[in-house]
Amino acid sequence: MSEQLALLPEYLTAHLQLTLVALLLSAATALPLGIAATRSRWLEPVALGLAGVIQTVPGLALLALMVPLLAAADLQSIGFLPAICGLTLYGVFPILRNTVTGISGVSPVYKEAARGVGMTPRQQLVRVELPLAMPVIVAGLRTATVWLVGITTLSTPVGATSLGNYIFSGLQIRNYTAVVVGCVAAGGLALLLDGLVRAVEDGLVRRRRPQVAVALAIAALLYGYAGVTLAARWSDAERPVVVGSKTFTEQYVLSAVIADLIGRETGRRTTLVQSLGSTVAFDALTAGEIDIYVDYTGTVWVNHMEGGATFPDRAVLTGQVRRFLRDRHGVTLASMLGFENTYAVSVRGADGERLGLRTISDLAPVARRFVFGADYEFFARPEWPSVRDAYGLAFRELRTMDPSLMYQAVAAGEVDVISGYGTDGRIDAFGLQALEDDRHAVPPYDAVVLAGARLAREAPDVMAALGRLDGAIDTDRMRAMNFEVDEQGADPSAVAARFVDSLLGVR
Amino acid sequence: MIQLDHVCKQYGRQAVVDDLSLEVDAGEVLVLLGVSGCGKTTTLKMINRLVEPTSGAVSIDGTDTSTLPPHELRRRIGYAFQQVGLFPHMTVAENVAVTPSLLGWAPARIRTRTAELLELVELEPDKVRDRRPNELSGGQQQRVGVARALAASPDVLLLDEPFGALDPLTRERLQESFLHVRRELGLTAVFVTHDMAEALLLGDRVAVLHDGRLEQIGAPRDLLNRPGSPYVRELMDTPRRHAAAVSRLSGEPTA
Repeated sequence: MSEQLALLPEYLTAHLQLTLVALLLSAATALPLGIAATRSRWLEPVALGLAGVIQTVPGLALLALMVPLLAAADLQSIGFLPAICGLTLYGVFPILRNTVTGISGVSPVYKEAARGVGMTPRQQLVRVELPLAMPVIVAGLRTATVWLVGITTLSTPVGATSLGNYIFSGLQIRNYTAVVVGCVAAGGLALLLDGLVRAVEDGLVRRRRPQVAVALAIAALLYGYAGVTLAARWSDAERPVVVGSKTFTEQYVLSAVIADLIGRETGRRTTLVQSLGSTVAFDALTAGEIDIYVDYTGTVWVNHMEGGATFPDRAVLTGQVRRFLRDRHGVTLASMLGFENTYAVSVRGADGERLGLRTISDLAPVARRFVFGADYEFFARPEWPSVRDAYGLAFRELRTMDPSLMYQAVAAGEVDVISGYGTDGRIDAFGLQALEDDRHAVPPYDAVVLAGARLAREAPDVMAALGRLDGAIDTDRMRAMNFEVDEQGADPSAVAARFVDSLLGVR
Repeated sequence: MIQLDHVCKQYGRQAVVDDLSLEVDAGEVLVLLGVSGCGKTTTLKMINRLVEPTSGAVSIDGTDTSTLPPHELRRRIGYAFQQVGLFPHMTVAENVAVTPSLLGWAPARIRTRTAELLELVELEPDKVRDRRPNELSGGQQQRVGVARALAASPDVLLLDEPFGALDPLTRERLQESFLHVRRELGLTAVFVTHDMAEALLLGDRVAVLHDGRLEQIGAPRDLLNRPGSPYVRELMDTPRRHAAAVSRLSGEPTA
């Protein structure tokens, strides 16, 4: 609990920065647009329609979409900017809709009276239409505020720190204390900000100047704090080495190992950017937003090299990946960790024994009786048709689920077969049996440390430190470290520190 | 003072006001009288350009109104609306002061003027000044509406059935107030109503509109004694018919 709370100032500050900046930009976009929409016959349906469509895109997808869009425009594509762009788009709709509804809902009697007493169109807007529409507009602002506090937690996967860091990593490593801390903090922040907006509105309606002044002063303080901390971050001259990770336990442990090792060997500062989406991490590295992360040769082959359905053998594939990364992206393959994390099609040990299952070929004749569970991306990846067709697999049902729940699901009999991960400690822990890929339908997935072009060029000391990891972690070691985090509740950074101790011979 | 010269207003192919010409003299109250849909409100709104004529011209003191910016024109013309239209987010005082403040009057002058006007329309300034319109009765709201129309000492006052929605007694009191105000200020005013008695009581002259055309214009006495058409005769007879019906009821025992 206390180690979670120690992270709160950093996460909360980052969250506040994102939410407040996005809210300001949303309002600055939506209010003028809403006003213009009520004055133009064609703009209203266009603006409302567009904002409505954006609203139907799930928040996580909207933020993730900003990454390739910004990268295509040659802008910062990981971190603050994509998060802000996505959040701002999200916040526009409620404010825009309520501005339009509020203004067009003002009775024609008052609009005509405003003209009749001699107001110019601008005065009609400022003195009559906006004040009368204000309760509706403020309601939209409050909706946007609460939504944005919530959606800001989704900034974590695009590389911007937020209270979502608690939630994403907490769910993954099943640290529910972290999840609860993140949720409670986000809820509290939503209540506070909503209360402020309401206090301003209420004070305006009842003409209570002191109430308005106090609420505005608190809002100004929050904005001031967000601005100062943002400026401090941006003026930070010496850039730390940025280590990225994807969204599963092994990645959290390995990113912590790398950061710890660099710190001890070179004395450089490091920052972790955690819980990046699989392709987001690669894009972030090639765009220079992160400097280092761990990927797997098969993943690079499948996702980025458009390799065919047949795979060369392990050593050849590694060589091709190394050349591809260097020639096409200027990325250096700094070290091979020494283990492979392939998809491990696994069944309950009891089923394996009873049915004599040892290889995936053995599974094919009985597959029709089984339900197959896999993580979110497996069925969309090229490996799945490759495996399915190589073995002629036809399951009773296919189910997609969160990777952290997969092992429990198969142990509890919710599903019968899962696409586990080769290094996952839970295959042993839950008494599962991994089936051998006897027809080599899945490419090799050797874990490799990738370093970005600038780091490789400018930081030979870091590259030397990364070299120490070459062959340093075998499958058993990785599985043991994952198990410590997943099943024994250990902190990834503590597990990483113990590993680096042993690597460097510290006692 | 006010001149309408062959004014037409069409919505699509429908003519709401059809080739209307009339004049209002300085210091005169002209009543536009007619049934619903006869074009009287449209005519009124063309004077301060809340409605733009399709053709024809409106001039005030010899100036063609279409040459003036609409908001400047309207600040010189008081307007009392049929639905009153007091701004609900402003106090009574702010409502009355709205046109003077648009004209940039000094706050002290606005305060004095507001109090003066509230008294003129027989409201107690200290009691109503800081209230919101929804805290007033219908009659009080109408009085504030008239005060707002008069606030910037306009050259011309336009009134669109200002007492339409009130009970008969309140209505009578407000009509008396209006007569008092116009004597006090020597107003030039155009007053729209469909009520015969109100028209005959308040108007120096009455213009009868029928289907967007001017049927007859003249002093109340002329209209009563020399109606120019069967329509005007029938219209002028309505108060008498009402009176006869009332006296029959009071003179004969009910069955």
